[in-house]
Amino acid sequence: MCLGIPGKVIEITGEGVTRTGRVDFDGIVKEVNLAYVPEISIGDYTIVHVGFAITQLDEEAALETLAHLQELQAVEVELDPDAALAAEEAAAKGEE
Amino acid sequence: MKYLDEFRDPDLALRLIDDISRIATKRHVLMEVCGGQTHSIIRNGIDRLLPDEIEMVHGPGCPVCVTPLETIDKALAIASRDGVIFCSFGDMLRVPGSGRDLFSVKSAGGDVRIVYSPLDAVQVARDNPDRQVVFFGIGFETTAPANAMAVYQAKQEGLTNFSMLVSHVLVPPAMRAILDSPTNRVEAFLAAGHVCSVMGYEEYDPIAEQYGTPIVVTGFEPLDLLQGIKAAVLQLEEGRAEVENAYQRAVNRVGNVPAQDMVNDVFTTIDRNWRGIGMIPRSGWALADEYRSFDAAERFTVTDIDTVESPLCHAGEVLRGTLKPDECPAFGKECTPRTPLGATMVSAEGACAAYYLYGRFQELEATP
Repeated sequence: MCLGIPGKVIEITGEGVTRTGRVDFDGIVKEVNLAYVPEISIGDYTIVHVGFAITQLDEEAALETLAHLQELQAVEVELDPDAALAAEEAAAKGEE
Repeated sequence: MKYLDEFRDPDLALRLIDDISRIATKRHVLMEVCGGQTHSIIRNGIDRLLPDEIEMVHGPGCPVCVTPLETIDKALAIASRDGVIFCSFGDMLRVPGSGRDLFSVKSAGGDVRIVYSPLDAVQVARDNPDRQVVFFGIGFETTAPANAMAVYQAKQEGLTNFSMLVSHVLVPPAMRAILDSPTNRVEAFLAAGHVCSVMGYEEYDPIAEQYGTPIVVTGFEPLDLLQGIKAAVLQLEEGRAEVENAYQRAVNRVGNVPAQDMVNDVFTTIDRNWRGIGMIPRSGWALADEYRSFDAAERFTVTDIDTVESPLCHAGEVLRGTLKPDECPAFGKECTPRTPLGATMVSAEGACAAYYLYGRFQELEATP
């Protein structure tokens, strides 16, 4: 029930407790209460729970996290190319 | 979907699992508090991909699972009344009360409606001024701002036909209760990401310090979960017990202040009984005095409640993390999502439902 889905704010109307937005979840657009994210603007991403934006998604932090994870993998390949190759082969076998 | 799919990358997940295997030199027991995380772990098979040293036990973070049986029975009684429209999140409809559930009230002619947002229930009240509209306001800190807003708007508009049956619960007191239990095995927690989006994570510092327990704020996708697990295992191996944030795109230290302000205005902290666990001091929210007139438990007098739990159900042990769902003798036999004995078999966050839905049941059948 604490499920939260990221979506992009594409329209904002109203103000205060009825500040409302239309949020795009990969093609599905829903009306969302934006009262708790007063700073959010059109084009920003938010996380939506039971019809409410509970936080603005920090896109910079998201990209940093992904870059960090990819960097770790790149270092692995560089340090131990054989092991990385073996892991890839094993993964490919798993997919068959 | 943007900011979801990237965090499901299987190559990066395997890399993180590799890291965890390398870091873990001894056995560790971790608890993910949130039932949404439990479902993600079981759906993605993360518990099985992890090295044998790491055991994941599933926490009580499933609001419909811990809503007291007495409150469910009260909801069933109110929903059965003439002139009442009873609105609820869909999860709640199959949760067993003493002998029946909201679905059976609906099929017997009760006006029970599933809503997506508590504001939908307020709209039902506006549209039906001659009926009493009751919303079943359950949830953890994540859902509280939404439920608080529904009551706030109803009060602002002077909607006299709207009320809420409130059963709100809080994560930090539940963590303390788990750590205080003499049978506790949990060494580190993955804290529920979206609870922390609302509340921040400062309130976990005293728990980490007092109990020497690492607490890592964690998201819901495979890479999020693995990052949280990796951070917790690293702390345990290094003998640290800190609060860490492994879900930075959705959580900051102080949380959502406007949401907290609304919750503090509408709700007040109380002792709360948790189904299967018992009374936990100061672990719930109820309507504050100024909003009491919107309390369905006061508006509708319900007496003669005689709660009866199934003697076969072990949901309490599952919720406390002392029993795995598939270790319950009734699992997949007397108890299935269609014939649940306890709420943990029903919800999209219940641990028993996760084991049943994601194949742990089939295995049971295959075993002679």
